[in-house]
Amino acid sequence: MSMEAAISVSDLTKRFGDFTAVDGITFDVKKGEIFGFLGANGAGKTTAMRMLCGLSLPTSGQANVAGFDLYKEPEKIKKNIGYMSQKFSLYGDLTIRENNRFYGGIYGLTDQQIKEKTQFMLEHLHLEDQADTLVRALPLGWKQKLSFSVSMIHDPKIVFLDEPTGGVDPITRREFWSMIYEAAHSGTTVFVTTHYMDEAEYCDRVSIMVDGKIEAMDSPSALSKQYNAKGMEEVFVQLARKAIRSDN
Amino acid sequence: MEASVRAQNIFKSFQSGKTKVEALNDISFEVEKGELFGLIGPDGAGKTTLFRIFTTLMIANKGNAWVDGLKVVSQYREIRKRVGYMPGRFSLYQDLTVEENLSFFATLFDTTLEENYDLVKDIYIQIEPFKKRRAGALSGGMKQKLALSCALIHKPSVLFLDEPTTGVDAVSRQEFWELLRNLQLQGITIVVSTPYMDEASLCDRVALMQAGKILDLDTPSGITRKFSKTLWSASSNDMYQLMNDLKADERVNTCYPFGQYHHITFKGLNQEIQSIEKMLAEKGHVDLTIQKTEPTIEDCFMELMNQ
Repeated sequence: MSMEAAISVSDLTKRFGDFTAVDGITFDVKKGEIFGFLGANGAGKTTAMRMLCGLSLPTSGQANVAGFDLYKEPEKIKKNIGYMSQKFSLYGDLTIRENNRFYGGIYGLTDQQIKEKTQFMLEHLHLEDQADTLVRALPLGWKQKLSFSVSMIHDPKIVFLDEPTGGVDPITRREFWSMIYEAAHSGTTVFVTTHYMDEAEYCDRVSIMVDGKIEAMDSPSALSKQYNAKGMEEVFVQLARKAIRSDN
Repeated sequence: MEASVRAQNIFKSFQSGKTKVEALNDISFEVEKGELFGLIGPDGAGKTTLFRIFTTLMIANKGNAWVDGLKVVSQYREIRKRVGYMPGRFSLYQDLTVEENLSFFATLFDTTLEENYDLVKDIYIQIEPFKKRRAGALSGGMKQKLALSCALIHKPSVLFLDEPTTGVDAVSRQEFWELLRNLQLQGITIVVSTPYMDEASLCDRVALMQAGKILDLDTPSGITRKFSKTLWSASSNDMYQLMNDLKADERVNTCYPFGQYHHITFKGLNQEIQSIEKMLAEKGHVDLTIQKTEPTIEDCFMELMNQ
């Protein structure tokens, strides 16, 4: 296992009865990399992601996440990763400050650390005036940006983003990706799923899952070349059309 | 000819805690018979509220709306017989089987699956193998097809589809739009909403919506023609640095990542591009390309948001 790998996965498999949701996937994600985890609905992305976050035990195979073994140290993994999805958001009936206190507390930050983090976050997002506003009163775009910041409150080594920009307006979507770039630039590894194929182009590397297996993995430009395609949308469609499993 | 769907100065607001949210703020438009019409916009644009008003599930604070020439408030019973509605959230009976859901909705409209079979055939054959399965146990894609079959079972004259492709992968989205095109050929008026800007080009006409307002309404090509500036696309070996360098240059008006490229507009009307290339080369960019490009609906949407 290379020292540079933030995530290292070998032959990871998950079966539910006689259904193999994830079928022997193998890949490494480098430290500070933006890794796009693509696949059709039902290809096994969510199951794989749940295993990597320590939420579900694999049937077989090996994985090391943020330097910890998936079987032996799932709790350490959870402490060292952040997670955000379109669905999982913050508590709407808590203010921004209270959400920070809550999540900071969960991750064991001291009061002083929480205070500093909150101040930095508010300044960074230009939300100083909104610190005591209930989160549900914020526009969706702000909620998503805030949710991303809160998922990073404990300086995780890796952040998992599950369709973070769904339903967000096109300008905010791009601002969100600026935040992803910044996070990666400062050394955080970003593991992201999306249905927007233009966003796949922003990743350093992407993998495409079909029927539980990783069918392709490389940089977007190399994949476009390999599949003789104009861009990731075409690459994705070529690969996903082969899927036998239909589910979305 | 009478419009199939018509909204006239519709206002609708909601109370959320202490704040009043203007969900729809003076919305007017018409959809012609047989048209495939798109409501394009992010969450919070007001798309769902508009659907609920047209399908007589909600009443506007102000303004009028018609479906098939019938008024949504006084003639709601007649409208309900004529519209098909697929809400964004799956809302069939989870504990009834596929077959039972279909026969339930058929009975409500005093019809049978067989009576309008031609209309739903293409969709139904894909779920037929699972007809004994409870709807709650279906995969997302199958649920969606069942919901569409149920919405079509009484051969509606207008079909309202609220974000049918949200969270759906690129391949399934393409297939769904092919289904819609086929339904349109059978004479059904379709009003469909989506947050995916690239789907706008698949509609006959679209309304771009944001925060309760229509930013523009036109054919997709009509919208892109109105883009006010020359649009350039740029790429280099370091896209992140390219973005920072372009944004820092005072000649640059907007610069947004756009797939493999950044899309740029300049403040001046006729920006001479060699000097920009020179500036970027001096900053160390390799494999630099800058060329004129055609604006997409998404470029236009962002320009309208900034106005």
